[in-house]
Amino acid sequence: MAQERKLPAPSVSDETRVYWDGASAGKLMVRRCKTCGEAHHYPRAHCPYCFGVDVEWIEASGKGTLYSYSVMRRAPVPYALAYVKLAEGPTMMTNIVDCDFDKLKCDQAVKVVFKATEGGPALPVFTPA
Amino acid sequence: MSLKGAAYIAGIYEHPTRLAKDISLAQIHAEVARGALADAGLTKNDVDAYFCAGDAPGLGPMSMIEYMGLKVRHADSTDIGGASYVLHVGHAVQAIAAGKCKVALITLAGRPRAEGMATGTVPRSRGGTPTPDEPFEFPYGPTVVNMYGMAAMRHMHEFGTTSEQLAWIKVAASHHAQHNPHALLRDVVTVEEVVNSPMISDPLHRMDCCVITDGGGAIVVVAPEIAKSLNRPKIKVIGTGETIKTQMGGKVDLTYSGARQTGPEAFAMAGVKPSDIKYASIYDSFTITVLMQLEDLGFCEKGKGGAFVSDGNLISGVGKLPFNTDGGGLCSNHPANRGGLTKVLEAVRQARGEAHPKVQVKNADLVLAHGTGGSLGSRHGSSTVILERE
Ligand SMILES: [Zn+2]
Repeated sequence: MAQERKLPAPSVSDETRVYWDGASAGKLMVRRCKTCGEAHHYPRAHCPYCFGVDVEWIEASGKGTLYSYSVMRRAPVPYALAYVKLAEGPTMMTNIVDCDFDKLKCDQAVKVVFKATEGGPALPVFTPA
Repeated sequence: MSLKGAAYIAGIYEHPTRLAKDISLAQIHAEVARGALADAGLTKNDVDAYFCAGDAPGLGPMSMIEYMGLKVRHADSTDIGGASYVLHVGHAVQAIAAGKCKVALITLAGRPRAEGMATGTVPRSRGGTPTPDEPFEFPYGPTVVNMYGMAAMRHMHEFGTTSEQLAWIKVAASHHAQHNPHALLRDVVTVEEVVNSPMISDPLHRMDCCVITDGGGAIVVVAPEIAKSLNRPKIKVIGTGETIKTQMGGKVDLTYSGARQTGPEAFAMAGVKPSDIKYASIYDSFTITVLMQLEDLGFCEKGKGGAFVSDGNLISGVGKLPFNTDGGGLCSNHPANRGGLTKVLEAVRQARGEAHPKVQVKNADLVLAHGTGGSLGSRHGSSTVILERE
């Protein structure tokens, strides 16, 4: 773990600014529909289930389980691409960091941490809980 | 109105090259078009509809129709990645049935090798206006291989699928490729060789991945009266299906593909069932792609794909479901990083009885081709065609 992969900066739009401002403040933000009650990810200004536009931002607990992962061995710095299923419902693409990649297992508990990007907002990533 | 049998595949052509250093992209499109029209016994001036996808240069149909000198009444550039050309066959059937055209030309070409493209292992931003998913994915380093790797990892976790079982898919493809003089990789490989090849992104080894090749191919779909006038075997399109599968707003489920929808739709339209199919071309970007599509199309139960593909069950003359008898994308050709068109080509060869004698399936009068374009790990297009020799 001597080397860390450099994280490119995500592009921020008005639609997603709350999410990225939250990440930079150490909060994982999720959008939830006030009409049908479903949370979704990636965040949109509408609900992809009922197409309602009354979608609120909630702060997620940061807890989740590792749905799946794959360790890219052919990169200059190997890294673990993953999907984490959040306690709040949605599954999000992410990285698993600060751990022994060979010990990862699907469905294990993970928790959010935040890493700096190259000149952009912080990025939510996960580590074994 | 059922579209079953509304059109026929009359012409096919696969470019023999696998490395196109000194030939332009547009030129390959034209060469494969000429080849498929000659195969059908038609000329350029018979073409009244043109289909292409994102591999075509410039504005797709506008650029290519001008370059080739076509005059069309119908054009379609629907792009669902490598599965586009299987979908185009379905769209051509629809357009012919609607009276929009009689001779539809579909082309594919690409030069990822000549251009030195890092196809599978480097995250690629699409450039231009970012897609809405991009800020939430690109920083994490998704590549072609690790996205399919996540699908494979979850399949192994839920169903106990093993690397050795996946390896059998590559082994079967290699048994077929040894007979294809144009195949990029012609050596027969063993399960041990596949699982001992370098790990690219867990759990996918190098030999779980398809080849990267230049080249292309073309298909000519025609109205029934045209097919009857030609001196070629009559390969009728009797079933089609298409869909897009997504992350569903965060309800990610990597254990199945869009084939779960397109397979049953195509089978229902054709009025046949998976056990009737004599030969199947199955999109093989990776071994896991094949395994999941076989399950989703209904060739075996969900989760039982590992057992189904083992012990040579996909090898022509050995197993119950001969697949990709040209060597497929795993061994022969994956032009432009888009393998759907070549899937249709080998299915037509089998249905005509024109596959290599060593891999030709006896009386292959009912065949299937299926494509998965994009990524099993996030969003992909799926398309199925079922063909019958009349
Ligand atoms: Zn809603």
